[in-house]
Amino acid sequence: MTEALTLIDKLWNAHEIVRRDDGDSLLWVDRHYVHEGSFHAFSRLAERGAPVAEPGLTFGVADHYVPTRGSRDQIGNPEIAHMVRQIEENTAKHHVRLFGLNDRRQGIVHVVGPEQGLTLPGLLIVCGDSHTSTHGALGAVAFGIGASEVAHVLMTQTIWQRRPKRMRIVVNGATAPGIAAKDVVLAIIAKIGADGATGHTIEFAGSAIRALSIEGRLTLCNMSIEAGARCGTVAPDEATFDYVKGRPFAPKGAAYDQAIEAWSKLTTDAGAEFDREVRLDAAEIAPVVTWGTSPEHALPIDSSVPDPAGEPDPARANELREAIEYMGLRPGQKLNEVLIDRAFIGSCTNARIEDLRAAAAVLAGRISKVPGLVSPGSSPVKRQAEEEGLDRIFRDAGLEWGESGCSMCVGINGDIVAPGERCASTTNRNFRGRQGPGARTHLMSPAMVAAAAVAGRLSDVRPFLTRRKV
Amino acid sequence: MDKFTRITATACPLNVTNINTDQLLPARYLKWPRSAGLGKVLFQDLRFDRDGREQADFPLNRPQWREAKIIVAGRNFGCGSSREAAVYALYDHGIRCVIAPSFGDIFAGNAVQNGLLTAVVPEDVAAGLMSHLTTPPNMPVTVELEQNTISIGHLECGFGIDPIRRLRLLNGWDDISLTESFRDRISAFKSADQVRRVWAFPAE
Repeated sequence: MTEALTLIDKLWNAHEIVRRDDGDSLLWVDRHYVHEGSFHAFSRLAERGAPVAEPGLTFGVADHYVPTRGSRDQIGNPEIAHMVRQIEENTAKHHVRLFGLNDRRQGIVHVVGPEQGLTLPGLLIVCGDSHTSTHGALGAVAFGIGASEVAHVLMTQTIWQRRPKRMRIVVNGATAPGIAAKDVVLAIIAKIGADGATGHTIEFAGSAIRALSIEGRLTLCNMSIEAGARCGTVAPDEATFDYVKGRPFAPKGAAYDQAIEAWSKLTTDAGAEFDREVRLDAAEIAPVVTWGTSPEHALPIDSSVPDPAGEPDPARANELREAIEYMGLRPGQKLNEVLIDRAFIGSCTNARIEDLRAAAAVLAGRISKVPGLVSPGSSPVKRQAEEEGLDRIFRDAGLEWGESGCSMCVGINGDIVAPGERCASTTNRNFRGRQGPGARTHLMSPAMVAAAAVAGRLSDVRPFLTRRKV
Repeated sequence: MDKFTRITATACPLNVTNINTDQLLPARYLKWPRSAGLGKVLFQDLRFDRDGREQADFPLNRPQWREAKIIVAGRNFGCGSSREAAVYALYDHGIRCVIAPSFGDIFAGNAVQNGLLTAVVPEDVAAGLMSHLTTPPNMPVTVELEQNTISIGHLECGFGIDPIRRLRLLNGWDDISLTESFRDRISAFKSADQVRRVWAFPAE
């Protein structure tokens, strides 16, 4: 009888080239995505005069610094223009394919990978970006790495890793209408904490996870890192196979048939053991917003800002006090009374077509009380949204319809939230200053951002959905 | 990479949880090459106000901790973005060791690649160390990687670190040279894999 294995172990074993006695493994990398921020690693290659070992398995994307407003042909800021030119030069020099600024397939790396069929079940994927966990949604093992590791992968197509501990998060039952994948993952992070899964790889399982679309699973796995897990994954199923089929870089013909056979085995065996297991009841999940400066500061929209006075642990009370002060809130203030200044719909977390449809369903025929920007996750998503007329809904509501890039999630292309401004955002991090120095970020689903924009304050989206197609 | 064996230095308490890499190094400095001097913008938005004036009450700006080479912090230090430049900023500022109850996984991996020690201690030990550091006299802290010990005055405690990371720090190992020694194994894996998983290679 063979040993019962978890999905994570099966993925790991399939890529293990060397396992040292001390427990470290040398792993084969199937896909390596690079972006403008990978310049430190390319410099390292240049210092050594080393080539890229596998240019055919390396893909470049321009996303972090690209403009989302105005002309993309002339970048006004010379430093930003340099960053975009640098990835063009580095990929050209090493014969790496680039989805550059003017490529029809350009977009945020974590949207482009799955969209182009580069991200597949069973692969090991790395990128110098912590939200690489996103790609695990298709049943891959995918994790973010630092510049030294990027250089190592470029030079060898391998990476040293210690096998992570295994954590299973099971969400059973059915979510209520109006509840999105973002609500599910924020509820998970609120429950286990921003370091709840540190040192672990998460397998998300249960009927509520199965019921999520692939796009919903991408949102879920994207935010694994906000719970501390470098990697989150969902076992591939028919929905995954349907999603992958026919995409440009996905296997075709006989290779596709072999793939399906291999992918069908990518499940956790009955009796396989996890180091930790967490369970949630899907029916109990309400629309969630963050109130503070860590993704773990997340609460149902009908609750209130916590009161540090009621917190017995002085260190924790102090943490709450500082977060409340930075966010410009009052202890006990009702969340649905918090006024917002701005809305942002975008990022690798929530800018796929389903996200834009969900926001548009709320905004159709309504006007936003605050300015806002919608930045589609990729150029193909942008074109599809325009074909469906979603751009018109956003514009008619008073929001700006931009190009694709990381934009206001990280603020390094110039799209920032002004100091002291409060932004309802579909992004992944509500850290101090994340969207710009002094910016205040509230994380939520795309539909919740749309509702907040219409009401001018944090709001429960559900009343907005009455008699509307979601 | 520089080896890490032991250090005796001033330690600065940062009694904050979830210090993320955006706080260590705000994103607007990610364009900078390391040679531009990332150490001077470490904790930029906490150390300085918007006009560039020092925030007098930020611990690293206080006279007794300005020269610190060790930081003692709350849980989940270095969470968030994978930016290795956050480690460069710490290291180039002079920090050689961070002691905390837990670390972001990617940060801890980046730290070991650059000779920065991440020492894990239980919550109560971190709190105890911080209370020592905030009570005069301001005594130096010694961190000994051979023995896995942290000591301050007569007090001594152990700390946790992944055994492989510990070896890498002690020896100043470079991953690339280690990997080069497995070149044949990598080639053999690749050849077998191209037969075993034809589907795993990009179709276009």
